[in-house]
Amino acid sequence: MVYPQTLTDKERFLKAIQMRRDIVEMVHAAGSGHPGGSLSSTEILVTLYNEYLKHDSANPKWEERDRMVFCKCHITPAIYSILARVGYFDPATLNTFRKLGSELQGHPCRFYPKGLEMSGGSLGQNLSIAHGIALGLKFQGKSNRVYGLSSEGDLQEGNSWEAIMAAAHYHLDNLIVFVDYNKLQIDGHCESVMGVAPLDKKFESFNWHVINVEDGHDFKQIRDAIEKALTLKDRPTAIIANTIKGKGISFMENQAGWHGKVPNKEEYDLAIKELDAQEEAINKQYS
Amino acid sequence: MLLTRQGWADALLELGETNPNVVVLDADLAKSTLTCLFKDKYPTRFFDMGIAEQNMINTAGGLSLTGLIPFVSTYGVFVSGRAWEQIRTSICYGELNVKLGGAHGGISVGPDGATHQALEEIAIMRVLPKMTLLVPTDYYETKKAVLAAAKINGPVYIRFGREKVPVVTSADTPFEVGKAIIMKEGKDLTIVACGIMVAEALDAAEELAKEGINAEVINLHTIKPIDKNALVQSVKKTGCLVTAEELQLAGGMGSAVLEVIAQEYPVPTEMVGIKDTFGESGEPRQLMEKYGLTSKEILEKARQALKRKL
Repeated sequence: MVYPQTLTDKERFLKAIQMRRDIVEMVHAAGSGHPGGSLSSTEILVTLYNEYLKHDSANPKWEERDRMVFCKCHITPAIYSILARVGYFDPATLNTFRKLGSELQGHPCRFYPKGLEMSGGSLGQNLSIAHGIALGLKFQGKSNRVYGLSSEGDLQEGNSWEAIMAAAHYHLDNLIVFVDYNKLQIDGHCESVMGVAPLDKKFESFNWHVINVEDGHDFKQIRDAIEKALTLKDRPTAIIANTIKGKGISFMENQAGWHGKVPNKEEYDLAIKELDAQEEAINKQYS
Repeated sequence: MLLTRQGWADALLELGETNPNVVVLDADLAKSTLTCLFKDKYPTRFFDMGIAEQNMINTAGGLSLTGLIPFVSTYGVFVSGRAWEQIRTSICYGELNVKLGGAHGGISVGPDGATHQALEEIAIMRVLPKMTLLVPTDYYETKKAVLAAAKINGPVYIRFGREKVPVVTSADTPFEVGKAIIMKEGKDLTIVACGIMVAEALDAAEELAKEGINAEVINLHTIKPIDKNALVQSVKKTGCLVTAEELQLAGGMGSAVLEVIAQEYPVPTEMVGIKDTFGESGEPRQLMEKYGLTSKEILEKARQALKRKL
């Protein structure tokens, strides 16, 4: 299928719920994985892959495609879910996640599944990859855009700031980087582990355009931010989206512990029950 | 005597003309690595990356994902060491078409001292799957190695030095990645060397000839993939071996050779190289002598190996 497409509000909500269902199911089935940061990036990814990224799931290497580079690569449950749900592969294989012989590696390998631009898992590296792709496309006079998905953890790495410095130096206005700013990392709140605030001022002082999104789970706010970013010239743009780690599953929300924790059977049932209720409410609201 | 880095720079100039996809990146050392020559001729295809090697390596990775063939250049300590994990996880695991030029390899860097004398690159690069690893011996071979690297679809590391070194090959000497060159045939002893040590090995072989000993000298310009066949055939013939490298012995070229020989056809072996120490400031030749990297040591080790053979 060729994207971007326009979604209704109802479709947006249902796609986000579907993705959260995939995330919970994959991590539960695998017995390992990273639910917290996957759930915080859900609305950003649903919006990008459906409504903004130019791509064709039937033609993954399409020359005209925009490039999506994941910097926070531990959120493979979210990455594989969105790739499957936009048509790159059969969602039935999502339950092979992290198993021996599966294409769905714990952290992504760029060769599989289809639709991935780059391997990753070591934070700090892929902003440089995104920078290189944006530089290469611009150098070749191409108009494809490059999107990145970073996080406060990714921005604790020095390599990230080298890339941020370079992207401004080369005036890469074809590069838009989302920061999934959920403010929690493995060992706790990022401001107690290693403070990154104020991120907006940091990006600004590195000569980037900055757009703050108050609620990174609000589809309208996400769309407005991207629309604005697409008009900005001469420099790259950071969209700092304030998100909630574990968003959508009440007992996972804002809990650093759910960064890489697996729901047991009871927690899994509870999570699915919550998602069922959310789906029912959306169907009712838009009936 | 010619510069190996001139071979690197001349090959890049040639590629600039023949392959429009070739681009070059440097980390504020273009005048030293001589990529400044490419920059002067092809300014839009040269990217200054500042003193930020980790970003330089992965930017090259990103450039390669758009179909370009980036050649990255800085001193060997920085390219292989500072950005090792970028090379591991992005470039090698991703099998990206990035070429790494490790300039100023070895203790022969001289007065800059230990911080700038790369001695570990081969050890830490050759453990990486998908990596091709070249240590050319002189100007002509470096030029050929760079041209060959452009034809390989995947990561390549090329090590070269700072100083002028003896020219032991010619423009016409065949060069094939993964195929060692037998510089001198012999039957009594095998000397395997790479880089600057090939010339020292040839000198040692000449000395040995005066004593009636006929040494075979192998120029192992490709450390990975290693030419098992050439190594095994040679030691089967000669029955003993000396390895010589301007590198840490731990994990270096000699280690790579012994991983083959020990499993395929073990023979008495002696090794010449850096013995678990850092370098220091000094003139290149003084350092080569102080740290035991001359034909004299190869000669001594050859005698020991020959003695053990009997």
